[in-house]
Amino acid sequence: PAFGLFLFTIARDPLRIIILIAGAFFWLVSLLLSSLIWFIAVKASDPQDERLQKGLLIFGVMFSVLLQEAFRFLYYKLLRKAIEGLVALSEDGCSPISIQQMAYVAGVGFGLMSGAFSMINLLADALGPGTVGIHGDSQLYFLTSAFMTMVLIFLHTFWGILFFHGCEHRRWWEIAAVVIMHLTVSGSSFCNPLYVGSLVPSYLLMAAAAAWAYLLSGGSAQNLRRFLLCKC
Amino acid sequence: MITFMNNSDSEEEPCNERTSLMSAESPPVPSYQDGLQASEAGEAQAHRKRRAGSSRGPNNITGGEMSGSGIPVRESALENEEEELTLKYGAKHVIMLFVPVTLCMIVVVATIKSVRFYTEKNGQLIYTPFSEDTPSVGQRLLNSVLNTIIMISVIIVMTVFLVLLYKYRCYKFIHGWLILSSLMLLFLFTYIYLGEVLKTYNVAMDYPTLFIVIWNFGAVGMICIHWKGPLQLQQAYLIMISALMALVFIKYLPEWSAWVILGAISIYDLMAVLCPKGPLRMLVETAQERNEPIFPALIYSSAMMWTVGMAKPDTAARGPSQQTWDAAEDGREHLQSPSHAESQMSETRSPVPTRSVTSLEELEEEERGVKLGLGDFIFYSVLVGKAAATASGDWNTTLACFVAILIGLCLTLLLLAVFKKALPALPISITFGLIFYFSTDNLVRPFMDTLASHQLYI
Repeated sequence: PAFGLFLFTIARDPLRIIILIAGAFFWLVSLLLSSLIWFIAVKASDPQDERLQKGLLIFGVMFSVLLQEAFRFLYYKLLRKAIEGLVALSEDGCSPISIQQMAYVAGVGFGLMSGAFSMINLLADALGPGTVGIHGDSQLYFLTSAFMTMVLIFLHTFWGILFFHGCEHRRWWEIAAVVIMHLTVSGSSFCNPLYVGSLVPSYLLMAAAAAWAYLLSGGSAQNLRRFLLCKC
Repeated sequence: MITFMNNSDSEEEPCNERTSLMSAESPPVPSYQDGLQASEAGEAQAHRKRRAGSSRGPNNITGGEMSGSGIPVRESALENEEEELTLKYGAKHVIMLFVPVTLCMIVVVATIKSVRFYTEKNGQLIYTPFSEDTPSVGQRLLNSVLNTIIMISVIIVMTVFLVLLYKYRCYKFIHGWLILSSLMLLFLFTYIYLGEVLKTYNVAMDYPTLFIVIWNFGAVGMICIHWKGPLQLQQAYLIMISALMALVFIKYLPEWSAWVILGAISIYDLMAVLCPKGPLRMLVETAQERNEPIFPALIYSSAMMWTVGMAKPDTAARGPSQQTWDAAEDGREHLQSPSHAESQMSETRSPVPTRSVTSLEELEEEERGVKLGLGDFIFYSVLVGKAAATASGDWNTTLACFVAILIGLCLTLLLLAVFKKALPALPISITFGLIFYFSTDNLVRPFMDTLASHQLYI
């Protein structure tokens, strides 16, 4: 689905593609830094201690979430400057792309990259012999991974919109809400072989974020109804 | 990879008809990269007077091919209009370059992942005589450095040779060389490639069919690249030969040498294009003086090439040590300067500049394209292909390198727009790519693997 989003909404406009790739790049850099921290922590600690390793992993995840949000903020700053440049250079004084579109594209960029990183090795392994969960792990591994990844990609997109909106209007509570949501989703994935604990809250949060982002982008229940009923 | 800026010439002689003609013809001339001008990034707040900024990324001409630097071609009759147009076209040009680079990388990665042949070690080129099978780390490092030095010096010699030939107008020789190169590349390498692919998928094909297929492919390719042909077909052929060349490199360069060579080539590129005495820069300037397009076969152009002729095939044939091939170096085309013609075995570069005399209006209407040297394509693909072949983190590393290279390309084009002269396309992208490769492989991979095994999500 995320790829479909990409095709339909982004591939037309080259400017959006560039913003997308840059967004993916920023996510990648944040991942790099967070894994650097984790790596150092692991090397500096005792590899035998299971609980410590688990704890370090959790710490790594949280830290990574915070770094991702920090990079989203940096990216926002960069895009602000870019918009000013674009306006200055354009013919009729208004930017060819609005900040909201950029927010959307940036969110998709982040999402795609994180989704790709989460899924792609899995997919490559999935081409191999079919031995899911043979060691007593859950047999739904692939399915749940796919769903989780999808929900995460969508969430990134919505968070992008919410985050940029919050920065634009200086509503700090929106930004804090995004960060908290991200932490919650990641945290919920900790109870992971118990899939109920992670998938369900994530989907609920996604629905909430979707509605919120929709409202922020100027939609309303009326628009929605009109769209669904009158499909001409 | 010299980036050629026609604009600069026009700037100096605004009233000169010749200049205006040249600017009109800018695109044909060495790679022009239309100033993708930072409009995309919007970061360049600088006012651009000239629209066209071509930056050529000199491609490391492995075969002494010209490293094309994008030459901004801008015929800016009306500067303001041009500026705005530039802005509009800026993003488009970046995408016009993204697509072929992505395609080339996809082809290379797909082949590497599926065909075993290209990851087996079957010997080395004679350009890298030192083996890396030594027991100690220090010895291995030393060997790879020595290999790199040899390779770079070969490239330098070839480039200088090509520049000299160009300077003294030995066009026939250059043409013959390029034709021979591309011939070898199109036929021999394709034959091997096709053979390996068929072997992998266990498809039987008899020799006559194979002969017909390869003959058609090669003949059409020769015509397209060196003479006239539909733009997309020409682009497709250039992408294919870049991919083939990259595959050869991936197969025949030993591991550490490949990474060191990539690093060294970007440094060389930087110097060759920016230093006043650099060979690529001289090539570009000479071409500009003479108002000629740079060999088309060595450069990938994203827009209509009205001068179909200028193809600079930088195909340097490389022969593996065990076989005496004439490696045709594929044109690293780069717009303006004849890429380092690395005289590997025989570099056949046959630039066949056929200037098409297009009317000025025609030129004005055509969109300026950006030109990128083929050598750049090749080295980007080598980086990504090596990442796919040797990284244990598999797809993550490949993806990371891919994004890094694209971002580097974006930044280079941005700089092109700002500076409006031929620029090396390799250094930034390769640097990013290398950084990301090593860091992803060593740092990110364990992290992601652990996360995936516990099914945690970040």
